[in-house]
Amino acid sequence: MAAIYSLYIINKSGGLIFYKDYGSSGRMDTNDSLRVASLWHSMHAISQQLSPVSGCLGIELLEADTFDLHCFQSLTGTKFFVVSEPGTQHMDGLLKVIYELYTDYVLKNPFYEMEMPIRCELFDINLTQAIQKDRVVLLGR
Amino acid sequence: MAPVGPRTGDAIFSNVERVNAELFTLTYGAIVRQLLTDLEEVEEVNKQLDQMGYNIGIRLIDEFLAKSNVSRCIDFKETAETIAKVGFKMFLGVTASVTNWDADGTCCSIVLEDNPLVDFVELPDTCQGLYYCNILSGVIRGALEMVSMKTEVTWVRDMLRGDDAFELQVKLLKQVPEEYPYKDDE
Repeated sequence: MAAIYSLYIINKSGGLIFYKDYGSSGRMDTNDSLRVASLWHSMHAISQQLSPVSGCLGIELLEADTFDLHCFQSLTGTKFFVVSEPGTQHMDGLLKVIYELYTDYVLKNPFYEMEMPIRCELFDINLTQAIQKDRVVLLGR
Repeated sequence: MAPVGPRTGDAIFSNVERVNAELFTLTYGAIVRQLLTDLEEVEEVNKQLDQMGYNIGIRLIDEFLAKSNVSRCIDFKETAETIAKVGFKMFLGVTASVTNWDADGTCCSIVLEDNPLVDFVELPDTCQGLYYCNILSGVIRGALEMVSMKTEVTWVRDMLRGDDAFELQVKLLKQVPEEYPYKDDE
């Protein structure tokens, strides 16, 4: 069964603004998740410099033995990345859906301060629904 | 998974939820009237409208990028065309045109024949210095700043002041890509 382990959203300065854990193992406390997020931010930036090809926009997929990491960076610098089971399909599509949920339920909330941690209930609710729907679709295949 | 191409302004406009145009015009009019009452100075109102537009623009840009699927524009010319054809269509339901390019391609005019903000509006003599639609200049400035472009947006022609169209001059001041502080010994 394809599963998502966790979702991170990083603002353009590399600070973690959202972290959600879906797996039963590998749970991280706040400090660790902050550390992992800034590490990823730096690695993503370094990969753009290291790339032999010009116009590289950074790491999109990291494949390891026990997980895959899919990353989407919007043109505004916000990064959305998801850690999932190896071989999980359609994570790019899911990341785009999450980006749209972010533009709706986070950015359109006038009380949300830009670049700050996301504390929007509507975003949480809709995100859970989107992930559930994704799981159902994947199981159905 | 096959990448989805960019969508046209019409396609997106027909898919998003829309609001009654009169309600939109009335709401904007109420904002401007209230600002005039609170601030009294026309210049101050112009500045506030621009600031409000800026605050909208910095959030609007992600919505625009998410819904329109545009990829990074290669040059400022493409940026201006995208704003006029896709941006204005998507958010205001009107198409604008881009003209008056300068020699290095950093300054252009976006011309609006139709502007839903000003339906039924006439400027009284007491408010002659007012840029009624100044929120739009703020929106463009804010949105472009979030994609690393510092711009200056000013009104060249304003129908409420007697001109024949609405013309915004958009000038690219500089591109500011994200700088990473690799060197500590600067």
